[in-house]
Amino acid sequence: MKYVKPESLHAASVLLSEEPGTTRILAGGTDVLVQLRSEVVEPDLIVDLKHLEGFGDITSEDGGFRIGAGVPSAEMYEHKALHAAWPGVIEGAELIGSTQIQGRCTMVGNLCNGSPAGDSVPGMVAAGAVVRVHGPDGERDVPVEEIPTGPGKTSLAKGEFITSIFLPARPERSGDAYLRFIPRTEMDIAVSSAAANLELDTDGTVTSARVAVGAVAPTVRLVEEAGTALVGSKLDDTAIANMMAAVEAACSPIDDKRGTVEFRTKTAGVLAKRAAHIAYERAGGSK
Amino acid sequence: MKNFHINTTVNGDEAEFICEPDETLLDVLRNRLGMTGSKEGCGTGDCGACSVILNDRLVCSCLVLAAEAEGGKVDTIEGMADGDKLHPLQKVFIEKAALQCGVCTPGILVAAKALLEKNPDPSETEIRYWLAGNLCRCTGYDKIIKAVQDAAAEMRSA
Repeated sequence: MKYVKPESLHAASVLLSEEPGTTRILAGGTDVLVQLRSEVVEPDLIVDLKHLEGFGDITSEDGGFRIGAGVPSAEMYEHKALHAAWPGVIEGAELIGSTQIQGRCTMVGNLCNGSPAGDSVPGMVAAGAVVRVHGPDGERDVPVEEIPTGPGKTSLAKGEFITSIFLPARPERSGDAYLRFIPRTEMDIAVSSAAANLELDTDGTVTSARVAVGAVAPTVRLVEEAGTALVGSKLDDTAIANMMAAVEAACSPIDDKRGTVEFRTKTAGVLAKRAAHIAYERAGGSK
Repeated sequence: MKNFHINTTVNGDEAEFICEPDETLLDVLRNRLGMTGSKEGCGTGDCGACSVILNDRLVCSCLVLAAEAEGGKVDTIEGMADGDKLHPLQKVFIEKAALQCGVCTPGILVAAKALLEKNPDPSETEIRYWLAGNLCRCTGYDKIIKAVQDAAAEMRSA
């Protein structure tokens, strides 16, 4: 196994492109090191990118935030302006593992690990986050929901990696929230999860809504119909029922000892409802 | 495999070591630097027995490659007491018998110290959540939580 800290994005891309064997990109390492130690993966090349410019930074950009691919959850949690703007995104990021894991784990790592149950992913998808991808052909911006393609798989080509995540500017009356179901109170993997991100007009009517679910399909899923069901409403019972039906229709979960298909599907709908109500309240809406 | 020559600061002292690319920080602390206070429990970041502070963040040293520590700062359980003078957390853990077999104790002390530096007066719930990644299979946790509260009170009044 080789461990390399390249001097530039270009050098990283060349290294990753030219390596014929298995490669892993090291950010927080909280998944890569586990794979390494359990011998699930025996990489030929590990590329550490954390030291590169911008990887450790949270910066303001166009009224939103750009979060470097090496920023750990704990740092995001402590960033007051980011926390105030995107409480739902932070809620997801701070549910990954323990305090110790939080000190290292990153949202980009969580995304690229490709788990359908990754806790920070539904919040980013609902937020409309866009990741910046660097590769042999240069740079491109990709909506976050287009990155995972299946359990452990991403749409990134050989030599490509994510350098940062962009969370857009927030209109005045907006809010987001993330919830998951686990059978314990802490330190567990989501059996199902949901995130909602709402924008309201001055009388509390929803003008824009994005709903995403986790652990109920091969990837985290953006449920466009669920968002559409909420637009134009003040989260009345009919709108909520339509939204939940859309969420349930989008679920195609696995059936295992942690949750049956029926249970995962039902709880995803309920969590989406609850997340929507929390997001509504955070956006300043009252019922 | 190509070995690395790494320079770090451990508990305030300069430390250099040679390591292989797949060695973890925990491996190096225990096997190359002779600091066996940090324990290997699970080796996969679940149990917290290997907790150390890396560049001012609480982390599992089993999930850090030793080569990543280049130019960094590591604080371990060995740096917690001031010579023979125990840290209040260490003293209270002994007084209140907040340990049995002791394997989880160094990690819990390092994690609890990190908590009290951020929040000198945490609630029981805050302590329990903060230490959720430190598993203890002996005590049932109550004495640990009580000891952290008592040490926090002692440190606040000091």
